[in-house]
Formats: sequence, structure tokens, C-alpha cells
Amino acid sequence: MEKNKILEVKDLKVTFHTYAGNVQAVRGVSWYLNEKETIAIVGESGCGKTVSIQTVIGLNSSRTTDIQGQVLFEGKDLVKEDMKEIRKLQGDKMSIIFQDPFTFLNPTMTVGKQIMEAYREHRKVTKKEAKERTIEILKLISLPDPEKNMKRYPHQLSGGMRQRIMVAMALICDPKLLFADEPTTALDVTIQAQIVDLMKELKTKIDTSIVLITHDMGVVANMAERIYVMYAGQIVEHGEAREIFYNPKHPYTKALLESVPRMDNRSDTPLSSIPGTPPDLIAPPVGCAFAERCPHAMNICRKEQPAYQNFGGEHIAACWLHHPECQKRLSLRRDEHEQQ
Amino acid sequence: MVKYIAKKIGTALLTVFVLATLTFFLVKLLPGDPFLNEKVPQAVQDQQRAYYGLDKPVWEQYLTYMGNLLHGNLGTSLKQVGRNVGDIIKEAFPVSAKLGLAAFLFSELVGILFGILCAQFKDRLPDYILMVVAVLGIALPSMVLGPLLRYLFGVKLMVLPVSGWGSAKQAVLPVFVLAISGIASTTRSMRASMLSVTTQDYIKTARAKGLSPVKVVMWHQFKNSLVPIMTNMGVALASIMMGSFVVESIFLIPGLGKYFVDCVTTLDYPLVMGLTIFYGAFLVTANLIIDILYGVVDPRIRVK
Repeated sequence: MEKNKILEVKDLKVTFHTYAGNVQAVRGVSWYLNEKETIAIVGESGCGKTVSIQTVIGLNSSRTTDIQGQVLFEGKDLVKEDMKEIRKLQGDKMSIIFQDPFTFLNPTMTVGKQIMEAYREHRKVTKKEAKERTIEILKLISLPDPEKNMKRYPHQLSGGMRQRIMVAMALICDPKLLFADEPTTALDVTIQAQIVDLMKELKTKIDTSIVLITHDMGVVANMAERIYVMYAGQIVEHGEAREIFYNPKHPYTKALLESVPRMDNRSDTPLSSIPGTPPDLIAPPVGCAFAERCPHAMNICRKEQPAYQNFGGEHIAACWLHHPECQKRLSLRRDEHEQQ
Repeated sequence: MVKYIAKKIGTALLTVFVLATLTFFLVKLLPGDPFLNEKVPQAVQDQQRAYYGLDKPVWEQYLTYMGNLLHGNLGTSLKQVGRNVGDIIKEAFPVSAKLGLAAFLFSELVGILFGILCAQFKDRLPDYILMVVAVLGIALPSMVLGPLLRYLFGVKLMVLPVSGWGSAKQAVLPVFVLAISGIASTTRSMRASMLSVTTQDYIKTARAKGLSPVKVVMWHQFKNSLVPIMTNMGVALASIMMGSFVVESIFLIPGLGKYFVDCVTTLDYPLVMGLTIFYGAFLVTANLIIDILYGVVDPRIRVK
């Protein structure tokens, strides 16, 4: 079956102008999303994943932000599109589930009103129709007692319920594109599992294409078909989920995978973490951004950016270790070793 | 909710009681005597004091006064012969109240509107202009602004009357002069409040729904910005009601202002007491209403 690209991001660069200097939050990122597909963008905090999707759905204004590259959706380049046209898409054809249901809901408006707001804006329906649709969507996300709960204010609901409200808000217009920005990070573990289950269930019920953003590899394993690994504003590795999990090529991807606690670890095994901190994006390093924290860093890594190497299929990674020249030298050294 | 309001009313009554007690003794501490007059024979003076009960010990006077107060009797004026303090208030307060409330509403509405505009145009020309106006409004006292405006509109341009009370035209200048400092302070706090809400996450949620900037401001930003403004309303109302005394005397308006100033200099004890308690009760009630209105704006403060 021929897969249709519903969204394509080409060489997206986002720079914020701040008092401290220009922060290059996203430094040339390309990715695409097929129809009815779920992809994940993973990476640690501050790697630019949230900035890149907020730019895609038009939440970063070009007045304060420097945006370059292309975002292709339905034959339009959203980077160049007029704000008025983008607003017609926002909340209707593309919507977003934000990270923190405690701060992303308006405290002075009932949740029902907040949910139906986008529907009334884009569909020009009556209040009654909007209410019916809201109850329908609340049933879909299995919120108990929808008619009573939609009259409540956010502070009267629990964290898990609030995140369900966020999900309902994003789904009310049946969007073609759904972005989920760390939808489980702000919740406690048992509620996280509920929300992940809900998202998985929804995937089978609705025809939306989903971009999932997270640093939790556990969530990704359950849902995504393809994975993009981001580091310091760039994509360092991309491939099908199975490839990324069982055959990671980039040292950063490996480190991320190792930092997931495993059930079969002994209780006295220390939890693995990645030493060091991400680089300063006001003055990003000339070479590979991960070199400072990489256990395999070589001289070349600090001098020049690595190009993408292909590992068959769609699996690519940007790392000098996999450069043909490097591979050749490594195998030479291994031979010498064996001869001695 | 009933319990909450009952508690608030209790506190309000206590406030008025403390206010009445303090004022009573403070007024007695003022040097002089209301009936001291070289031209009047000593015997007549003594008779006057005895008539008003001023010859009795202060604590006894206090108890009598508080007893009368409980029956709603504010006593008779010492200087406006034969006039009841209650009647004076009944006659003059409606004028002060109309002036004060008009100025209060005007200052809040204009201040909130200006604050929203400033926040929307932050660091651009409209913001700068309005902030300069706001600083001037706070810095210029009404005794300077009042005469200046009277001269400009009343004498030079001859479009508005310079003084008096009764017609809408006569109200324009005093209401404006009285409102200007309120406009200035409300503009400043509304601007700050709007700006602090702009960066809240739920504004991003609203924008992600594809709402126009006007709708985001009206439905999401405005209501959340109102709480600090409401906190300030009690203070704003008090300062406008007090400010009206000065404005009334500039524009020759027959309100309570002139009694308030006169009664202290002439040591008209019952009138001082009556006016103080009346204004105290008025402001305490206004604050009580504002406290209850909080819940309307922010459901998190709403009491069950």
C-alpha cells in the first residue's frame, strides 16, 4: 500500500531572540508523518522537541522568533502561511495535548466550556449541538459522569481527569493531526499508565495521525511505529521503532535506552543516567553536539558535524563511529590487536 | 456561604465599633472647646455644655453616645442648631454618593480598558502614551488639575460650566478630576496583571484552539486578570470618596465634603462622629460586597 505523507517538516530552524543572545533551539530538523501513523520524537528536556512541534502548529510567532525551513501540510507551507489561515487549522485539523493538565487549563472556566470552545469556533454550531458533541467525546475518553463533570472547574477534578479533559479538548474536532507533548510527564505513575492505555485505545478508534513527544522510552515502545531521536536541536537517529529499540546506532540513543529502568535488573543495580548536560544552544558546538558526553568521542567528533549514515530501510544515524573511514580504521586496529 | 458571609458581617460590625470608639476619644483629645467664646458669659457657656451633656465625665458621655448609636441615633449637631446629624447625612450624602460612584465606575472601566490596551501594545507607542498619562494622573493632585481644567473648559473654551451641581454638564469636570488618579492606578495594575497572565500556559492552550487574539484576550486573559483589580477596588473606592471632599469644594458641590472639613475645625463632636461612622460603615460594606464578588471571578476562591 502506498503511504501518504500527511505532514512533512523540511530543515526546520527555530531561533529565539533573548537578552542573553540568540538561542538556536531547533537547528535544521526534517521529519515526516504518514496518514494514520504514530511517530515519536524522543530526547531529554531542552532538546528542542517541544519547540519544534509548537512551531509546526503555529504557536511561535514570527515576531519574536526566527523560523526557517518548511512545514508542508495539505499542500501549504505553514511557515509562510498567513496567521489567519493557520488559526483555521489550529484546533480543527491539527490539535495538541499539552504536558501539564494543571497549568494548561483555564482555572476560571468550566471544563465543558473549554472543551467545546474549539468546536464552536470551527464548526459554527449551536450551543446545544456543541454540548452533545462534548458529552459524546467525554464518553469516548471514558470520563465518568460527563454531564456533571463538564460543569466543573479544573481545580475540582483530579490530575488524571484533567489530562482526560485535555485529550477531549484536542479531539473534539476530529483532527487529522494530533500532537501529544509529553502527555504523561506531569502525572503520577499509576495515572500515567491509565493515560497511555487511553491513548492506545483511542488509536484504534480514531483515524488521527499522531506525533508523540516524550523522553520516556516506555511510552514510546507501546505506541510509535517510527522514532526520531533528537539531541540539542537536531535529529541524531531515525528508524522504525523495532530498529531503534533492538539495533540502536547512535551512542545517545543507546544511552537513552539504557536509562530506562528494567524489571529484570537486580535491586542493587544503580540506575543508569547520561553524565553531563546538553550543550549551550546560544553557542552550539561546531562538531557533534553529543561529543562532550559521548564515551566513544574521537578527535573528529569535536571538529566536524557527522553526516547521516544509512543502515538499511529508513534507519539513519548521524555519528562518526559509523563513517566508512572510521569503520575501516577500527577493523584495522582490531586486526592488529589480534596479530599481537 | 452563609457562614462565610455571617463571619464577614461580624468582622465588619467589629470594625465599625472600634472605629467609633477610637474616633470618640481622639476627638475629645483635640484642644479647645466647642462653646468657648469670650463674648459669651461663662454662665451661658456652662448652660450650653450641660445641655449637650459635655459637663459629664468622658466615659459617661461615651456610654451615652454608644447607647444612642445602637438605636440608630447619631445625635444633633452642636453648630447647625437644631439639625440632626442623620438628617444632614440624608440630605448631603446622595450628592457625594452620585459624584463618588460615578467617578469610581468611570475610573474602573476606563482603567481596565486602558490596562488591556497597554498590555496588548506592550512597549509600543499606545503603551508609552497611556503610561505617561497614568504617571501624570497619579502625580497631579486634584487641587491643581481641578482649577486648570475649569480654566481651560470653563473660561477659555466656554464649553463646560465652572461649578455647581445638578445637570449632566456640571458633572463632567468633577467626575473626571476625581477619577483621574483611580484611572491611573487601575491602568497600571490591570496592565501588570494582564501581562502576568499572558505567559500562563492556559493562554497557549486557548491559542492552540485557533481562537483569534481578541477572543483569547476576552475569554481567557481578561477574567483571570481581574482578581488583583478587585482587591484594589475597596481601596480605590475609599480614596475616591475621600477625594470627593476636595473636589466638592473646588467645584462648589453641595455634598458632605464641606461638613466633613468644617465639623473638625469647629469641634462639632456629634457631626464628626456621625460622618466618620457613616463613611466607615459605607466602606466596610463596599469591601464586604467585593469579598463576595471575588468568588464570581475566580471559582477557586468561591466558598461552599
